[in-house]
Amino acid sequence: MPAVPSYMHRSWWKITGIVLLTYTITAGLLGPVPKLPLLQETIRNLYFHVCMWFGMMILFTVSVIQAIRYLRKMDRRYDLASRHYAGAGMLFGVLGYSTGMIWAAFTWADPNISFTDNFSTIARDPKLIGAAVSLLVYVAYLVLRDSIPDIDRRARISAVYNIFAYAILFPAIWILPRVMESLHPGQDGNPALDVKNDISSSMRIVFYPAVIGWTLLGVWIATLRIRMEQLKEKQLDS
Amino acid sequence: MTRAIWTLFKKDLLLEIRQQYSFYGILLYAVSTLFVLYLSMDTPEPRVWNGLFWIIQLFICINAVAKGFLQESRGRWIYYYTLAHPVTIVLAKLLFNVLLMAAMSVISLGLFRLFLGAPYLNAGLFMGIVLLGGISLSLVFTFLAAIAAKAQQNAAILAILGFPLILPQLILLQQISSAQFSAGAANDWVPVALLLALDGLVVVLASILFPFIWKE
Repeated sequence: MPAVPSYMHRSWWKITGIVLLTYTITAGLLGPVPKLPLLQETIRNLYFHVCMWFGMMILFTVSVIQAIRYLRKMDRRYDLASRHYAGAGMLFGVLGYSTGMIWAAFTWADPNISFTDNFSTIARDPKLIGAAVSLLVYVAYLVLRDSIPDIDRRARISAVYNIFAYAILFPAIWILPRVMESLHPGQDGNPALDVKNDISSSMRIVFYPAVIGWTLLGVWIATLRIRMEQLKEKQLDS
Repeated sequence: MTRAIWTLFKKDLLLEIRQQYSFYGILLYAVSTLFVLYLSMDTPEPRVWNGLFWIIQLFICINAVAKGFLQESRGRWIYYYTLAHPVTIVLAKLLFNVLLMAAMSVISLGLFRLFLGAPYLNAGLFMGIVLLGGISLSLVFTFLAAIAAKAQQNAAILAILGFPLILPQLILLQQISSAQFSAGAANDWVPVALLLALDGLVVVLASILFPFIWKE
């Protein structure tokens, strides 16, 4: 029984993803953007950096749903899916963190000192803490997985950790910026971006397709890796 | 069910009282860590004090809580399997570790007071915060210790699994406690409520998820 349902093998959603990403990259790099002080042209990073964060959340959510399905059905293909959706989510998380670092280097960082000297101040931002913590949690998930030799026990325990971590982490990620902002108002005058109010309509018509496109790409990566893993297992069996 | 939890809790307590080396082991760990800190620095400023205090609490918690599940042998697990429901077992362990960590928190706060000074203004209120923190830490680490024990791993993996997960709670705790250092700061109950909500969430999750991992 394949872990990826057969309707996922169809090509229409992959083509949609490619079309949306082509649109994102062309319209994102060439389209009109508002000229804001400090941000200037770096605002185009919105189509890449913020979408990575969205994609990561969606992929981790898929991963935890697969973990729940594993615990209900005890079927190994859900475990495989859970593992590889988490992997794709981590890839997006790393890309999101690095695009964020590049963006911060041009906007938040003090231009008078080097970015590496500045980084410890910038990384204290609640959103950056949330991103770093969720990456650490999922690295721990992979370490835990690989430390258990028995296949069924590995699947069960890592599914339990996946659900536990998700349920603790995600409320915290949504809560922390609100609590920390209430204690540190103004963020020292740094430009912070509010997706709903700060994005002009000309940017929104690129931003929403970009989120969908990047997420589809993540799902594509995950399904390919799941199918590859299954072929490897089939080879071992024969 | 309440009786089963109570019996299992009493069993853990009796074991602790009879084999006191583990309690004294943690105590010694706390004292010696603190003494090393004391010798390596003068009385720290409040911000540093706060950071050090919660980090030390974290390490004490890992050491105190880890053995709760890790000490149980495979044979004993099979024996429990015939006797009790998994939810009662995990609730009894949570209860026991909460009490153990509450006691350790009070002791380590006393030691901090003696060796590194007291930047907080209201001792009673701060004690409450420290107890709340100890409870939050011990709940999360108890369940992670169950995972680590079932993965047949040692306490080292507990740190890997737990540190990133405990960070949100730790940030909240440090905020709550650092507000106690200046006279002007108003008491903000939002982080306290959030912490309590997270604690409740951990207990619920532990009782839902533990039945899946306790079987061999």
